[in-house]
Amino acid sequence: MSREGLVNAALLLALVAVPGWALWADAPFTITLATRAVIFALAAVGLNIALGMGGLVSLGHAVFFGIGGYAMGILASHAQNYTPLMEWPFEIAGTKSMPVIWLVAVLASGLAALLIGLLSLRTSGVYFIMITLAFGQMMYFFAISWPAYGGEDGLSIYVRNGFPGLNTLDPIQFYGLCFGLLCLVLVLHARLMRSPFGLALNAARQVPERVRAVGLDPVRLQLVALVISGAITGLAGALFADLNRFVSPTMLSWQMSGEIMVFVIIGGVARLFGPVAGAGFYVLLEHLLGGVSEYWQIFLGLFLLLVVLFGKGGLVGVLAGRARHD
Amino acid sequence: MTLLSVTQLTASYGASQALFGVDLEIAEGEALAMLGRNGMGKSTTVRCICRMMPAQGTLVFDGQDLSRLPSHRAARLGIGLVPEGRRCFRDLTVAENLLAAARSGHWDMGRVAALFPRLGERRTQRAASLSGGEQQMLAIGRALMTNPRLLILDEATEGLAPTVRAEIRAAINTLKRESGMAMLVIDKSLKELRIACDRAVILERGRSVWSGEMAALSHETTERHLGI
Repeated sequence: MSREGLVNAALLLALVAVPGWALWADAPFTITLATRAVIFALAAVGLNIALGMGGLVSLGHAVFFGIGGYAMGILASHAQNYTPLMEWPFEIAGTKSMPVIWLVAVLASGLAALLIGLLSLRTSGVYFIMITLAFGQMMYFFAISWPAYGGEDGLSIYVRNGFPGLNTLDPIQFYGLCFGLLCLVLVLHARLMRSPFGLALNAARQVPERVRAVGLDPVRLQLVALVISGAITGLAGALFADLNRFVSPTMLSWQMSGEIMVFVIIGGVARLFGPVAGAGFYVLLEHLLGGVSEYWQIFLGLFLLLVVLFGKGGLVGVLAGRARHD
Repeated sequence: MTLLSVTQLTASYGASQALFGVDLEIAEGEALAMLGRNGMGKSTTVRCICRMMPAQGTLVFDGQDLSRLPSHRAARLGIGLVPEGRRCFRDLTVAENLLAAARSGHWDMGRVAALFPRLGERRTQRAASLSGGEQQMLAIGRALMTNPRLLILDEATEGLAPTVRAEIRAAINTLKRESGMAMLVIDKSLKELRIACDRAVILERGRSVWSGEMAALSHETTERHLGI
């Protein structure tokens, strides 16, 4: 097994060990922290597909995270209030079923990514960044100005949504669900990286003109990557809203987009387990230093600076050595 | 049957006109040599055929008008390009370079490795770590993996060691003999082109000034237009 494989296995084992350790140490709050880290990692895996494989520096990924969150919030709030989501031309009821909510979150955020991609991929570089940021801000202010779903105050859900055969109110079972989804998405990412699509996307990032010469459209490749990326981040948003039983415009803010990007950069851009390492590190730092100072992000900024300057492969790169793309 | 027909092709780089009227035709399975001194418009003609730059004139490939197609659509019709300067995907391995371009058809990894055994030996090696000759083989292999009907080789042996050059020319001759693929070849060695190609077209100052059978290319013609 390669060094990176060992690092990945160690990260996976650490996540598997969390519930056992939490029970042994009588620290149930650890499970909530780990769930938060796993959901952040899921969102960051989504961004890593666009950023690491496609070279798309998106500062608007919170749009997809927020859409996933609102998909959960809207469906669940209608279900808990026994009011239909819409009555004409046909009635659609709300739902408290996680699989249905996930499906809606994935489809809605994937569709949003498709629309944003169709417009933003006409540009590149700083213009692409600005357009994704602009979409993010548009959605943020739209959510604030939408009183039907809480406006600036957000939307609370009384009881966590359900999953067949599981008690999602049990933190360990909910953690297991989130962890299972993260593993599934990591497998998908690994397969994508080795697939002809992933290779062509990687090539399009390097030399778009050469990719065209072999009959591939770099913009279409990037669009597909952005849709997959947005859908995964949307799924993470639905889980995050379920974890907190609350969704607010904060999930759509540009700070959220920045945080998702920080997870990827700290962990290692284009590294399979980079987002897992980055999100885990972020949540750990927030937990350990958050109690010491409310300005704990100063230390995060310092660390980010060190990673960008001296460890291009992020935490995984430091532990496993440089990869060919670093 | 004519596969590619180029008529009165003109093209410019900004205000500077590079092509003033290029005419050429390539039939199915035919190898055409494009000759000319440096800066006479050979690579520009290739870029226009591959739709990598705007051009005026008529460009018809297999009965389809190329002039309104983006470059990737032109490539999908069956035009495979081995560009000047190789330009492999440096971060990808040899196998990944080939796989990224692959389309179903006669040419697969096994056949490319049989044509260039060195590539087979270096399947897992990064393209950036290959020698110039191996990168050139990879560029040809990558173009073959798209299973083209017309293979364009733009200075495929430029700047390579004589032994590697011979290896690549042998592969080109094999392609000509065994694949039945049409080829447009740009190369500095007239001697080698005489072996590999059926016909030739000579460009001078952005115009095609001579075309005909390779056997009909006389010493006087090459001296007048190519200075050799």
